[in-house]
Amino acid sequence: MQDFSYVAAQTLSEAVALLDENGEKARILAGGTDLIVNVREGRRDVDLMIDVKSVPEVNVLDYDANTGLTLGAAVECYKIYAVDAICDAYPGLIDATKIIGGTAIQGRAGVGGNLCNASPAADCIPPLIVLNTTCVIAGPNGERELPVEQFCTAPGQTALENGEMLVSLKIPAPASNSSSFYLRFIPRNEMDIAVVGAGASVTLDDAKETIVSARIALAAVAPTPLFAEEASTLLAGREVSDAAIDDAAQAAQAIARPISDMRGTAEQRTHLVGVLTRRALNGAIQRIRD
Amino acid sequence: MTEKKEYKVIGTRPIRHDGVDKVTGRALYGADFQMTGLLHGRVLRSPHAHARIVSIDTSRAEAYPGVKGVATAQDLPDAEDRIADLGEGAVNLKYLCDNILASDKVLYQGHAVAAVAATSPHIAEEACTLIDVEYEVLPPVLEVRQAMEADAPLLHETLKTTSMGETADEPSNVASHIQHQLGDPEKGFAEADIVVERDFVTGTVHQGYIEPHNATAHFNQDGQLTIWCSTQGAFTVREQVAEILQYPISKIKVVPMEIGGGFGGKISVYIKPVAALLAKKTGKPVKVLMNRADVFEGTGPTPASYVRVKMGATKEGKITAAEAYLAFEGGAYPGAPVGPGAMCIFAPYNIENVVIDGYDVVVNKPKTAPYRAPGAPNAAFGSETVVDELAEKLGIDPLEFRLLNGAKEGDRRADGPVHPRIGCIETVETAKAHPHYTAPNGQKHHGRGVASGYWFNIGLESSVTINVNSDGTINLIEGSTDIGGTRSSIAMQAAEVLGIPAESVNPSVVDTNSVGYTAVTGGSRTTYATGYAAYEAAQDVKRKMIARAAKLWEVDEANVQFADGEFSCINGKEEQISFRDLCGRLGQTGGPVVGSGTVNPGGAGGAYATHIVDVAVDEETGKVEILRYTAVQDAGRAIHPSYVEGQIQGGAVQGIGWALNEEYIYNDEGTMTNASFLDYRMPTCLDLPMIDAVIVEVPNPGHPYGVRGVGEVPIVPPMAAIANAIYDAIGIRMTELPMSPDRLLKAMGKI
Repeated sequence: MQDFSYVAAQTLSEAVALLDENGEKARILAGGTDLIVNVREGRRDVDLMIDVKSVPEVNVLDYDANTGLTLGAAVECYKIYAVDAICDAYPGLIDATKIIGGTAIQGRAGVGGNLCNASPAADCIPPLIVLNTTCVIAGPNGERELPVEQFCTAPGQTALENGEMLVSLKIPAPASNSSSFYLRFIPRNEMDIAVVGAGASVTLDDAKETIVSARIALAAVAPTPLFAEEASTLLAGREVSDAAIDDAAQAAQAIARPISDMRGTAEQRTHLVGVLTRRALNGAIQRIRD
Repeated sequence: MTEKKEYKVIGTRPIRHDGVDKVTGRALYGADFQMTGLLHGRVLRSPHAHARIVSIDTSRAEAYPGVKGVATAQDLPDAEDRIADLGEGAVNLKYLCDNILASDKVLYQGHAVAAVAATSPHIAEEACTLIDVEYEVLPPVLEVRQAMEADAPLLHETLKTTSMGETADEPSNVASHIQHQLGDPEKGFAEADIVVERDFVTGTVHQGYIEPHNATAHFNQDGQLTIWCSTQGAFTVREQVAEILQYPISKIKVVPMEIGGGFGGKISVYIKPVAALLAKKTGKPVKVLMNRADVFEGTGPTPASYVRVKMGATKEGKITAAEAYLAFEGGAYPGAPVGPGAMCIFAPYNIENVVIDGYDVVVNKPKTAPYRAPGAPNAAFGSETVVDELAEKLGIDPLEFRLLNGAKEGDRRADGPVHPRIGCIETVETAKAHPHYTAPNGQKHHGRGVASGYWFNIGLESSVTINVNSDGTINLIEGSTDIGGTRSSIAMQAAEVLGIPAESVNPSVVDTNSVGYTAVTGGSRTTYATGYAAYEAAQDVKRKMIARAAKLWEVDEANVQFADGEFSCINGKEEQISFRDLCGRLGQTGGPVVGSGTVNPGGAGGAYATHIVDVAVDEETGKVEILRYTAVQDAGRAIHPSYVEGQIQGGAVQGIGWALNEEYIYNDEGTMTNASFLDYRMPTCLDLPMIDAVIVEVPNPGHPYGVRGVGEVPIVPPMAAIANAIYDAIGIRMTELPMSPDRLLKAMGKI
């Protein structure tokens, strides 16, 4: 393992200044469940780790039924699913936080870190996309916001500019008659990284028969997690039916650009996009109706 | 079944002697070893699957601050093509040495090329990147059938096929061809009403022991070499290191530390000679640890294979003939376990007409190492699937079909030996009577499968010494590394002889200077053979203690009898003394009592298993869930039933992994792409039901308590049992391992 320096930043401005000064070889350390492993295995070259666990802004966990959720970038998974109101409001995000690593990892790993690691297979990103999440980013020139589906740009690469860091995620309050769902396919029942992941959020009309709106997002089928825009919009106004869901599944399959690797073949992944999209949509609809 | 004898200790479940140290973390493993002045070694490995080494320049690494020594194959004695016998058969010494540090060619990605000793592991790792190796990259060959092609890239220019005593003229990747024939297969197939023939392919799988290889070596000023390490056999480490370094065994002491699993993979040496080379060069103790990627890429997995099986039967259900073609990958050097595969493939059946051809083929993958019944699972996946299909086509229940053809005492195995008393039929009968076999299983896409398996087990040499303590306990000194609770199963056999509780035996696994020669913990031999030696050592103690009682009572030894832990005088005096009390009087009757036992028994007695499994297949994703699993096995006599059950469960679980997800995945360049436990997918506890282990006891006449080895045979049936269950669920015969979700989707026509 290479040598590196470590600083525990106390304020957001200190963290941003350190990032700005040290350039690409400085990395933010929150849970460290990806970063430390990557450094140890030589997959990331890091000279400076900036620990932000003491920075107040990245530890905010604030949910309000009217304004929604502000989720600090360093908040660990276990803190999120410990709040019943958050579990009720964003079940699709909770699905993801409960399958990342195991219980011990969930005590360290957070949603923000999962996003910044920018793995195409990240479990938390599809739920964030379907929940219309906005990223709050701090940098040398102040704060800016970015829709989460634009955050990842390539495997391990993000839209963060030099000196910028993720501060928090803002998720709007859920509409009435809405719910969300995330699932992944793995060959075992734990320990695996998604071969394919699919998230869906659905809003139904008051009769719970017609889809008002839906959002679908996919993991592990492209260089970044994907917002399946066409598959999402074609559902608006459709009655809940196998035909509508199949149409969405096919549209989702159409945008998948998977590769074959040790986790699965391209054909398998394309097939699974259809299966998991159907299951995610049906799962979200079932949650609304339950 | 023979009548069951009553025992006091055997068959009970005492707490294992090493249990507290292990659950409290006090047990010392190789990685825990510390010593003043310790240096840390790191091995540089080949990034190429097949390449000629043009040059190695270590000067930059040697100049790096903190580096104390660098070793390459140049530092090994000149091996040439000498043959050495290391207890497990003849070994070509050049192959052995080249696998430790490559000399002229690298033959797999992960092949060790050089090693560094430095003051910290980080410096050693950094220095490895400063060793400049120039390679001439050659095309790799990664699959057994491709390697057998006439125009395949050759791994060894001097390797020529030996086939039944004849050596071919031209070099080849086929190291050897064996054949066993019994009866007249052609006639047998002519008599059959139905013949089934299928091809099978199995993947490369690793033992997956939790503890990576480790070794610390140190040379004393007088040239005495000590190696502390994780191994299945300290004496085989001594032999291998002596051969590789051309150093006398009398100057080598091997200290086996606790071992975190081996399953056959910790018999061959890898980093132990490297640690010794570095220790010699630096004059300091050197510790070398592997990480998980090193283990996957640099140590022996069990081979991928191509298997073709043809079997014929009459419509009444009698198997008339069987034929098998087994082509196994040896990895980079010859040594595929095709021989054992051929010995086991049809052993659960009495078949008059058999022909088996086996091929040992080199490919650009790590040299294979034993793994739990090496060779037998590959072979049984084919034969037990074909047996299932025969039974299905004949409309006969698959267990009934096995009873109709089951091997019994006196039947001949295709490779020659006649079966002694075996428990094949008993495992099938027990499985058939088990509630699992008749439980309802009618849901859509649920299926049930069965399969049987055989492993011959081995004997080999073991030595045990017993020192009697004055408080009535004994110290039992043995040389068998304890992997699966064998301190207890060995101690219990001595306790039974001496009529003392298991807790009164203090078993110790000691170094090669402190006990007589003992072969590896492998071949399911430890409870059998070292247990046998403990029995003999205890008998020796008993004889000596009888002499002491006779001396005490001033009677003839013939007048002392020993039963239930009490010595008593017959014919005359009314004397009685317990074993414990007599232990307190050794000083006054002639001094310490030490017993010893050495064995090299021939009657290991083969083991049989029959497994039942229920699966659910997700037809949309191709994922197979194991719903219920019952493993029936003949243990001969279960000394400590908990550890017999543990072995059965462990074997079944490793078989489940092999069946469903485990495999080495290579890219076209021959680089393994899943060298971690993340992507080399062994089953976790969430992937498994409780494995119901059912012990059948058909005592082995070749052991005083009837013990049969139990560790290996449970990995033989699972792959076919699961394939047969998948067939029952979805009507498709899976013939390639692993039966992973993508392969099932393909087989179902979904992709």
